[in-house]
Amino acid sequence: MTFPELYNDLYAIQPELLLGSFAMAGTLIGAVFGARSTGFLSGLAVLALLAAGVLCAMQRPATPVEIFSGALTIDAFGTFAKTVIAFAAAATLILGSSHFARIHDRRFEFPIVTVLSVLGMFIMVSANDLITLYVGVELQSLAAYVLAAWRRDDALSSEAGLKYFVLGALSSGLLLFGCSYVYGFSGGVSFDAIAAAASGAPSVGLIFGLVFVLAGIAFKMSAAPFHMWTPDVYEGAPTPVTALFAAAPKVAAVILMARVLFDPFAGMQAQWTQVMAVLAGASMVVGAFAGLVQTNLKRLMAYSSIANMGFILMALAAGAPEGGKAALIYIAVYLPATIGVFAVMLALRQRGVAVETIDDLAGVGQRNVGFAALLTVLFFSLAGIPPLAGFWGKFAAFQAALGSNLVILAVLSAVSAVVSAAYYLRVLAKVWFSPPAASELVPVGFAPAGIALVGAALSFPILIVLLGLLEHSAETAVIASFPG
Amino acid sequence: MNAIPWLSIIIFLPAAGALLLLAARAMAGGANPGVDRGVKVMALLISLLTFAVSLGALAHFDPSTAAFQLVERLPWALGVEYHVGVDGLALSLVLLTTAIVPICILASWTIDKQVSSYMILFLLLETLMIGVFCALDIIVFYLFFEGALIPMFILIGVWGGKNRIYAAFKFFLYTLLGSLLMLVAIVSMIIMAGTSSIPDLMNYPFAEGIQMWLWLAFFASFAVKMPMFPVHTWLPDAHVEAPTAGSVVLASILLKMGGYGFLRFSLPMFPDASHYFAPMVFVLSVIAIVYASLVAFRQTDIKKLIAYSSVAHMGFVTMGIFAGNAIGIQGAIFQMLSHGVISGALFLCVGVIYDRMHTREIAFYGGLVNRMPVYAAVFILFTMGNVGLPGTSGFPGEITTMTGAFLANPLVAAGAALGVILSAAYALTLARKVVFGTIENPKLETITDLDSREWVLFAPLIVATLVLGLAPWIAFDFTQASANSIANAFQAAVSAGAAP
Repeated sequence: MTFPELYNDLYAIQPELLLGSFAMAGTLIGAVFGARSTGFLSGLAVLALLAAGVLCAMQRPATPVEIFSGALTIDAFGTFAKTVIAFAAAATLILGSSHFARIHDRRFEFPIVTVLSVLGMFIMVSANDLITLYVGVELQSLAAYVLAAWRRDDALSSEAGLKYFVLGALSSGLLLFGCSYVYGFSGGVSFDAIAAAASGAPSVGLIFGLVFVLAGIAFKMSAAPFHMWTPDVYEGAPTPVTALFAAAPKVAAVILMARVLFDPFAGMQAQWTQVMAVLAGASMVVGAFAGLVQTNLKRLMAYSSIANMGFILMALAAGAPEGGKAALIYIAVYLPATIGVFAVMLALRQRGVAVETIDDLAGVGQRNVGFAALLTVLFFSLAGIPPLAGFWGKFAAFQAALGSNLVILAVLSAVSAVVSAAYYLRVLAKVWFSPPAASELVPVGFAPAGIALVGAALSFPILIVLLGLLEHSAETAVIASFPG
Repeated sequence: MNAIPWLSIIIFLPAAGALLLLAARAMAGGANPGVDRGVKVMALLISLLTFAVSLGALAHFDPSTAAFQLVERLPWALGVEYHVGVDGLALSLVLLTTAIVPICILASWTIDKQVSSYMILFLLLETLMIGVFCALDIIVFYLFFEGALIPMFILIGVWGGKNRIYAAFKFFLYTLLGSLLMLVAIVSMIIMAGTSSIPDLMNYPFAEGIQMWLWLAFFASFAVKMPMFPVHTWLPDAHVEAPTAGSVVLASILLKMGGYGFLRFSLPMFPDASHYFAPMVFVLSVIAIVYASLVAFRQTDIKKLIAYSSVAHMGFVTMGIFAGNAIGIQGAIFQMLSHGVISGALFLCVGVIYDRMHTREIAFYGGLVNRMPVYAAVFILFTMGNVGLPGTSGFPGEITTMTGAFLANPLVAAGAALGVILSAAYALTLARKVVFGTIENPKLETITDLDSREWVLFAPLIVATLVLGLAPWIAFDFTQASANSIANAFQAAVSAGAAP
């Protein structure tokens, strides 16, 4: 590798370099100054994430650029996703640092581990061969296991971390197993080599490998039937960490899934469409029905995310470019709403404890109309009721699915959307219709309320104006990245 | 292109007013009786202003053509355009909406719980309802159609009766299921036709086999909204539990979205399927008319009785629409307008005595004429309108829908005529039990007659009922062009389909 090449490659991964240097420098600073530096590091991490997001938004290459001898690819599809991931992670980091400061947990590693996890996601999103794919997934996951068990003195949090780790290890095993088959039957680890083997009549071994790879990624996406960890981890992890899990890693997994399907395995669309359709249908049904009986708001959000992943999988099943575009739009509208809900949970406290169950929200409509209005916008957006943002995501997913004649799946998704609307309504019924609980919910801190407000604003008024821009950038991103 | 965006102003004026109320509330720093009163007055003024603007739009509207007028068109995203415009059918329903909402707000004067939230939601609801009738892009239509569920859900759930939460859920989920199936159909249509503009979709020839599925998906949505037998069961619950103004809006306007949908989408876009399924609709309509009338007869709750009578009257509307001829469609539109006035007024009548006695049990009342002579007169007038007495607006609607149905299928008209007799039976029985006789219940000894606010409420409705009853051509002339064009296009498509 010549120096100019190296320079070009490094230039292309500026956002990743920024995050990586922050993590290393931050560890040093933390080691020297200890807990005193937590606030500073958190602020710096937020800035680093925002800067990385802006850098990614500015990159948007017109054609995919392969760097480091084809290990990574920088394309508009990836940079779009990285922008979303970085901003989402920054928002959850703000939530997290304000939350942990409030409960006097001042360990400086929190922002560093979060940023490392984001770095893993960036690598996942840009992966262009099986090795980088696996490295990215592992970096993201290992950081996430730590974050899940952040409250190590809390039994639920430790359990969440352990459960996440054991099941995550299993899924990594599935992923590696699949990768080994793909390598064995295609003779290469780079996506180009796999694409060459996958075009034409694919061998049974390659299909076998593909299914295992998809299963591994589906686990990270928490798509049914690989969703079992989600409710427990969501419930056990500290709320801001749950907000992170619900947002950024999901995006990374979706993008990785899309990339694997549309790039190396584009020639096997006939095979994977069925797999995707089954995953999508199962996720929507499980997410819709299992959510009905939940009383814990975080578990409910877990099932909500499973159901929403079903919609994204439905879009992906339609293939590029329509499916990719729909998935990007869906992600961009799903994240603000879901982070907003967690932000409201953190903003309202009962005797100093954040909201956990649906019953905690009783009577918010009478005591704090502003928060009730925020929750209304956010949950109706998640339910996909127009004119809120969630509707446009579902609309785009419907368009993609019906464009590829996945009519039965589209009808199934419509029915399960009604069922899941029932549990969103249950929350809102608590918020508006129930008498307030004995001990009052007190709004604390500006940060969570501000993030909830931004989430709600992005779910409705701002979105109406930005919708055209969002569609345009999603469309150009997909077309620029998957020309075939 | 017109200089003043009349429709956008009408659509978004109430929403802007809602924002104004929100700001006012924040500045006043919370709720107290003075603020509540100010909020009510502001909401009333905003809704009256909207009505005035809609009259301005009326002045710029030419009823002699079936073309869409006052059109505004702006590109948006995902292939969707912000595209609004009205024809006679749409504008008449817009006027009904803008006229009914101020009455509803005035009827809500007795609300004392979370007043500003209530008024904000009501104004948002008005925006969404007007948008439904003005939309000329199928997705924009869907946005408003579906969005109207949100404020209605909260209105029923917060300010409703004791079983309100159940009713709110049932209302929401019933309508949502229908609507999402319609959304799947809408997206398929957009993909097939390559456009989401309603006028273009009306001219797009969908293949006959596809039409059947699309028609069924739309039917799932509109039949629930209408509501038609057997998916009408949400209506009595929602009506009974909703606050008075909520019931009025539900009966007067939200139900009309179903009929409007049939006229705007099902008939023009899927003529072959409409023709094919017309017998089924006829049967369901006649069942609705007869069965709902019989059920109404057995009710012990006044609101529930009126709710079932709504189901019966909507049966006339569906029957008239699917008769597919100009006179049936004219009658259906007229019946929708008339039902909007009369059923709204009847719910207000219930509200008057409910505000005083806090019960809607028929058995509780009796002999009101002795203490409330004016109320009794008003109640009887609207009961007669409900029965379809000539001279009230109920009559022209029923007679024209039945004429239309007779031309299409005499048996259906005969069945519907039976319903007219039954409606007289339950309505007159209700009037006899509630209004006439002697006062048996000692609690009624002190009940008071209409006060001046209630006078103002009823006056415009009384005028509308009598004017539409005595001079029905005002409405007929206004909607004739659009009714004729829908009927002609339908007949042409059906005969073209039948010819080979």
